[in-house]
Amino acid sequence: MTALPPGAIDCDLHPAPPSVSALLPYLEPHWADAAGHRGLHELETIAWPPNAPLSCRPDWRDGDRRPGSDPERLIGDAVEGFGTRYAILNCLYGAPMLYSEDMAAGFCRALNDWLRAEWLDRDPRLRASILVPPHAPELAAEEIERMAEDRRFVQVLLPVMGETPPGRRVNWPAYAAAERAGLPVAFHAGSAYRHPPTPVGWPSYLAEDYAAQATAFQSALTSLVAEGVFQKFPDLTVVFAESGVAWLPAHLWRLAKYWRGLRMEMPWVDRSPEEIVRERVRFTIQPFDAPEEPDAVARLFDHLGSDDLLLFATDYPHWQFDGMGALPEGLPADLVQRIAVDNPLSTYPRLEEGEP
Amino acid sequence: MTVEVLDRPSGETPAEAALRIADCDIHPSPKSLEREIYPFLEKRWQRHMERYGARPRQPFLNGPAYPKGQPDAARRDAYPPAGGRPGSDLAFMRTQHLDPNNVGFGVLNPLKSGQGLQNLDFADAYCRAINDWQIAFWTREEPRLKASIVIPYEDAAASAREIGRCAGEEDYVQVFMLNRTAEPMGQRRYWPIYDAAAAAGLPLAVHAFGFGGAPITGSGWPSYYAEDMTGHAQSSQAVLTSMIFEGVFDRLPGLKMVLIESGFAWLPALCWRLDRVWMRMRDELHRCRRRPSEIVREQVFLTTQPMEEPRSPRQLVECIDWIGWDRLLFATDYPHWDFDQPDRVLPAWVDAEKRRAFFRDNALRVYGRQMP
Amino acid sequence: MTRHVVAPVSEFPPGTRRCVVLEGRRIALFNVGGRYFGLLDRCPHQGGPLSEGVLTGLVEAGTPGDYSFSRPGEILRCPWHGWEFDLATGRSRFDPRRHRTRAFRVTAEPAGDLRAETVPVRVEEDHVVVET
Ligand code: FES
Repeated sequence: MTALPPGAIDCDLHPAPPSVSALLPYLEPHWADAAGHRGLHELETIAWPPNAPLSCRPDWRDGDRRPGSDPERLIGDAVEGFGTRYAILNCLYGAPMLYSEDMAAGFCRALNDWLRAEWLDRDPRLRASILVPPHAPELAAEEIERMAEDRRFVQVLLPVMGETPPGRRVNWPAYAAAERAGLPVAFHAGSAYRHPPTPVGWPSYLAEDYAAQATAFQSALTSLVAEGVFQKFPDLTVVFAESGVAWLPAHLWRLAKYWRGLRMEMPWVDRSPEEIVRERVRFTIQPFDAPEEPDAVARLFDHLGSDDLLLFATDYPHWQFDGMGALPEGLPADLVQRIAVDNPLSTYPRLEEGEP
Repeated sequence: MTVEVLDRPSGETPAEAALRIADCDIHPSPKSLEREIYPFLEKRWQRHMERYGARPRQPFLNGPAYPKGQPDAARRDAYPPAGGRPGSDLAFMRTQHLDPNNVGFGVLNPLKSGQGLQNLDFADAYCRAINDWQIAFWTREEPRLKASIVIPYEDAAASAREIGRCAGEEDYVQVFMLNRTAEPMGQRRYWPIYDAAAAAGLPLAVHAFGFGGAPITGSGWPSYYAEDMTGHAQSSQAVLTSMIFEGVFDRLPGLKMVLIESGFAWLPALCWRLDRVWMRMRDELHRCRRRPSEIVREQVFLTTQPMEEPRSPRQLVECIDWIGWDRLLFATDYPHWDFDQPDRVLPAWVDAEKRRAFFRDNALRVYGRQMP
Repeated sequence: MTRHVVAPVSEFPPGTRRCVVLEGRRIALFNVGGRYFGLLDRCPHQGGPLSEGVLTGLVEAGTPGDYSFSRPGEILRCPWHGWEFDLATGRSRFDPRRHRTRAFRVTAEPAGDLRAETVPVRVEEDHVVVET
C-alpha cells in the first residue's frame, strides 16, 4: 500500500446531488415556484445511476440513500479515512444539462449556495467547485464572480462534454472570469448530452459511456490547445477530473505530430502541445487506468514526462479502487509527496490560505 | 554534414532495403470517373451522379468538411507526371512507391466510393462499381496489389450481398468500412456485415474517416483540420469499445478486425480502461464474455500509420512492447500527406525479427497470403 | 568551403527552383524575387524532398484569431508532412533549435572570379554560386 504523506489533499470527491426539495430553500422564488408547480424531476444525470456498481464502492454505500449524500459519512470515509487535509467537492448535479440558459444558471446558483451551507459550513476541511452552466458562459462568469468571494470555492466545474468543444471562443467569458478570480477550471467526466458521447453515435451501455469519457477528455484537450485557450489566458490552470491519465502520453504524441505539420492552422500555438499541457493542465489520479505492475506504472510515468501533472483524488464514492489503494503501488516517496501535497497546493493557490 | 536529425532514426537502415514489405494502406483513385468507374455503374446511377452528386452527411458537395493541409491531402510529390490525381497512375505508383520501397504486398483502400452517402441505393451501386474497378484497373495489372470489398455499410443487407458477390474473387483480401458510422459499429444493425465477412473468411478492415453524422467530439464539431485528424484516434477507440462490449467478437471468434489509419499508441491505455470497466460492470455487458484486452490480443490488429511520434523513439518502442509486435501491420497511406516512410519509422536498434513481423509477416498472417 | 557555379543568372529567373547535386548531396535552390536560397533536399523529419515543397509565407498570431502574414515565398513547407522551414536558415518553424535542415549560401557573382566547373562560365554575365 502506497502511504499518503501528511497534508494530502483529495482533489475529487462527490457529494450526492441534492433532491429538488432539498434545493428549494436555495432556489430563487421564481425557480422554486416553477420547480413545484411544474413537477420538476430530480436533476440526476444518466452518467451516474446511483445503484450502478461504479457509482459507489460497496463499503461506502449507505443503505438506500444516494451515494455521498451524508456529509458525516463522506467526512468519515474519505477525509478521515485517508487523513486528508482538504477535500475538494465536485457535485455532479444535472443543472448544467438543462437546455434553458436561465434555468441552468438558476439551479447552478442554488446548488452552489446549498453546497456552501450544507457542506462547507460543516467542516473546515471541505472545499468545493463552483458549478456553472457550460452553454451560458456569460452567466457562468457572473456566477464565478459571485462565488469566488468565498475562498472555500477553489475552482470552476464544467462537464467535459458541453455544447461546444471547450476551446471554442464562445466559452471564453467563463475562462476569463476564472482567470480573474485566480481559479482553475476543472472539466469533469460527464456530458450535457447535447451530442452523442462518442464520435460514432450513442452507445448501448453505461460501461461504454464511461469508457468514452477518456476519449472525450482527449478531444477536449485537443480543442483547448488548438483554439489557443492557454495563450489567451496565460494565468489559467485547467484541471481534468476523473479523466483517466494513461491515455495522455499517446494523445500528446499524436497531437504534437499534427501540430508540427499543421501549425499554420493555429499559429497562436507557438510551442509544443506537450509543453503547454505539462505546464498548464493537471489530472486527478482516479481512475488510474493503468496496469498494476510497478514496472508498467514507472514506464507510464516516464512517458508522462513530468511529476507535476497528477493530483491525488479518491473519487469518493465512485468505485475505482478498494481499501486504501488510491495510489498505484511502487511510486517513489518524493513523487507521492508531489501528487498528494505539492501539486494540489500549486494548482489551488487558495488552499495555501489555510482556514478562512 | 551538419543536418540535425535529433531523436529520429538515421534512415540508413539497409535491413529494410532488403526486406520486401507489406503496405496495408494504399489509396488508389480513378483517373476519371467516366472512363474508369462508369463502365461499372448502371446508366441510372451515372445520371444520378451527374445531377445530384455524391452527397454524404457533411456540408460540402466537393471536398471534405475540413479543408486539408495540402491539395487532395496528398504528398505534393505524388502527382503523376502524366497528369491526374495522386494515386491514379499505376505506373507512377510503381516507380515512386512500390519499387523503391520494396513493397511486395499492398492493400488498396479506396476512400471515394459509395460509403457514407445519404442515398443508400446509390451507395450500394457506387460501392459495387468501385469493387469491380479495383480488380479491372489495379489488381489484374499488378499482382503485388490486393483489393478491398467496399460496402454500403449503413445498409447491412446490401453490404452482406456485396460481400457474397465478391468473396469468390481471390484478389479481395478484406471487407472495408469507414469508422465514422451512423451508430457505434458493434450495434446489431451492422451484424449481417460481420457474419458475411466471417463466412467469407475475410478480415474486417475499418479505416479512419467517414460520415456518420455525429460530431467527432462529444462536445460538437471542432474548428480545425488538425483536430479532426487527431480525432480519428478517438473514433477508433469508440469503434473498438463498441465492437468489444456488444459482443461481436464473442459471437464470431474467428473474425479478425484491422483498424486502419488511426495510429496505435492509444491502444494500451484503452485496453487498461476497458478491462477495468468490464470488470466493474460485467453484468451490464452480458454479451462480452472475455476480458477486452484478451479479445484484442486475439482478434484485433492495427495498421501503423500515422505513427505517433514521441520525442524519444524509445517510448514508442515501449508502447509497441505493450501492444505486442504481432499486432501491428505496417502501412504508408501512400499517396497521402501523412505518409510514413518505411525506412524512417523504427529506430535502427529494433531487432530483425520484430522488424520482419512489423513490416511484413503480421500482414501476411492476417490476410492469409504469401508474398507474391 | 567550396564554391560551386550552378547556372548563369539568366537561366535561373525569379520564381523558379532547381535541384543540383554537389559533392554527392542533393541541394534544392530557389530564386525568390531575385534572392537565392539553398537547402539540403532532404527533410530532417522523414527525408521528404524539400525541392518539391510549396513556398508560402510565415503565418503568426500573437493571440488567437489575430493572424499576420509576412515574408511571402520565404517559408518552405515540406511536400510530405508539412513541416515549415525558413529558407534563409533551414530552421523549422515549430522548433527552430532542434529541427532544421542545412541551408547553403547562394549568391550571384560576377564571372571574373569564377572558374568553370560543371556549368560553363560565360564572361558576360553573373552566375549563381553555392557555397558548401
Ligand atoms: S518528411 Fe518533411 S515533414 Fe515529414
